[in-house]
Amino acid sequence: MKHAATLTVNGMAYPVELEGDTTLVRAIRDDIGLTGTKEGCDDCECGACMVMIDGRPVNSCTYLALQAVGSDVTTVEGLADGETLSNLQSAFLDQGGVQCGFCTPGMLVSAHALLRENADPTEEEVRLALGGNLCRCTGYTKIASAVMQAAKASV
Amino acid sequence: MGDVAFHTATTVDEALALLGDGSDARVVAGGSDLIVQARHGKSLPGTVIAIHRVDALRTLTSSGDLVVGALTSHATLCADAGVRSNWTAIADASALVGSHATRNVGTLGGNVMNASPAMETGGPLIVLGASVTLRSAAGDREVAIEELWTGPGKTSANPGEICVAVTVPAQPAHTGSAYVRLEYRRAMEIAIVGASACVTLDDAGNVTAAKVALTALAPTIIRSPAAEAAIIGTDGNDEALAAVTAGASADAKPISDLRANEDYRRAMAGVIAKRAVAVAAQRARGEEFPIPATPVFMKGSGQ
Ligand SMILES: Cc1cc2nc3c(=O)[nH]c(=O)nc-3n(C[C@H](O)[C@H](O)[C@H](O)COP(=O)(O)OP(=O)(O)OC[C@H]3O[C@@H](n4cnc5c(N)ncnc54)[C@H](O)[C@@H]3O)c2cc1C
Ligand code: FES
Ligand code: FES
Repeated sequence: MKHAATLTVNGMAYPVELEGDTTLVRAIRDDIGLTGTKEGCDDCECGACMVMIDGRPVNSCTYLALQAVGSDVTTVEGLADGETLSNLQSAFLDQGGVQCGFCTPGMLVSAHALLRENADPTEEEVRLALGGNLCRCTGYTKIASAVMQAAKASV
Repeated sequence: MGDVAFHTATTVDEALALLGDGSDARVVAGGSDLIVQARHGKSLPGTVIAIHRVDALRTLTSSGDLVVGALTSHATLCADAGVRSNWTAIADASALVGSHATRNVGTLGGNVMNASPAMETGGPLIVLGASVTLRSAAGDREVAIEELWTGPGKTSANPGEICVAVTVPAQPAHTGSAYVRLEYRRAMEIAIVGASACVTLDDAGNVTAAKVALTALAPTIIRSPAAEAAIIGTDGNDEALAAVTAGASADAKPISDLRANEDYRRAMAGVIAKRAVAVAAQRARGEEFPIPATPVFMKGSGQ
């Protein structure tokens, strides 16, 4: 059963027609066409699908798209200002916090949400905030350093 | 998945009307249990009723009794100053749920109604004497938390009922509580074994009342009468704590699965229950203990 609805993603309103059981990650990728958000496990374990809903991180693979109607959804595409990367994104490049890149959108979103709430976190707080994001490549050290660099840059 | 109708309710009455007798409809709060289960082949019902916009259920009152609206998230619960100081075991539990993202979407109502024997807040709610308020078209009824869970994933609620609140009574002076989880990692973990304790002391520091509950050690979360008897009337000395260990292991009814075998779970039931009782007694004496009351494996490892 299709439901007509409007999703607000990165400040833009997108009219969509969604099944009742369509997950938010599928709506963002397939209906809206923003493919930065990744579907990894599709089981709420890996964090590749992380988006912000009203400023707070949510696993979009296990959130119904229609539940997000009326909320502001932010995806990784919403973190940069046009072509200008955010401090956090630049820090991932500087520190080598990206290898294959599959986890990166989710890492960026979780870290961005952390820095919104806590501009000056300890490394332990960074690692806890990224506890729901798995990376198979980097070993996490450079990701944590990148978030610490971005925090220092903005404090 | 299948052909699913979706509605968003903004009041409890609207949700109840949409739910009807509940035979082919289900409410979804955060969805962190329901939608995950749907990805494991447990299909969604014909109608899903989203209740996350029912703002009247997103309340938390912690003066006098603790009254928590069903939609209150784990993130809110574990950050609340009143919960942290007076019903500390609940803060311990909510702080351990999943990741930041899980705690943002996951609600207390969803945790309780999902009725997993490994769920985090269950033991704390038992030892603190909580009850839930279930609402249907016929009105409200109050159910003691221990009477709500009837088996793994099963509750005594009728399918047409919605949980509107969880109430936890104010605790006597010199009371402390704790929830301790045995975990293999710090985030995104399911309890291998969990234990909750609530301990009340008299002015001399002797235990006058104690409740101990065991998590992931039986088809539902259970009390451990042997552990409770072992600590009541003592001053919480090492000998009493050793008896708590033996009592909790004896009361546990663990299973073997890929996460831990029966013998290991039984042995750890005692150890974790002892730690929960010791931390609860420390808090009852007014000593600070970090929340969550679980060894923070992060310390030192991430440097
Ligand atoms: C990655 C991950 C990690 C997790 N880690 C933990 C953990 O460490 N500890 C833990 O305890 N849990 C954990 N969970 C499970 C889950 O997050 C919690 O149980 C959460 O509290 C469920 O709340 P919800 O609002 O998301 O529930 P939902 O999925 O919305 O609902 C769960 C069930 O309860 C019913 N329900 C919900 N609200 C009501 C209501 N008000 N009245 C009647 N019925 C209702 C629904 O119909 C459904 O059957 C985890 C889940 C995930 C995905
Ligand atoms: S795809 Fe959502 S957590 Fe892995
Ligand atoms: S960079 Fe490959 S998974 Fe993280």
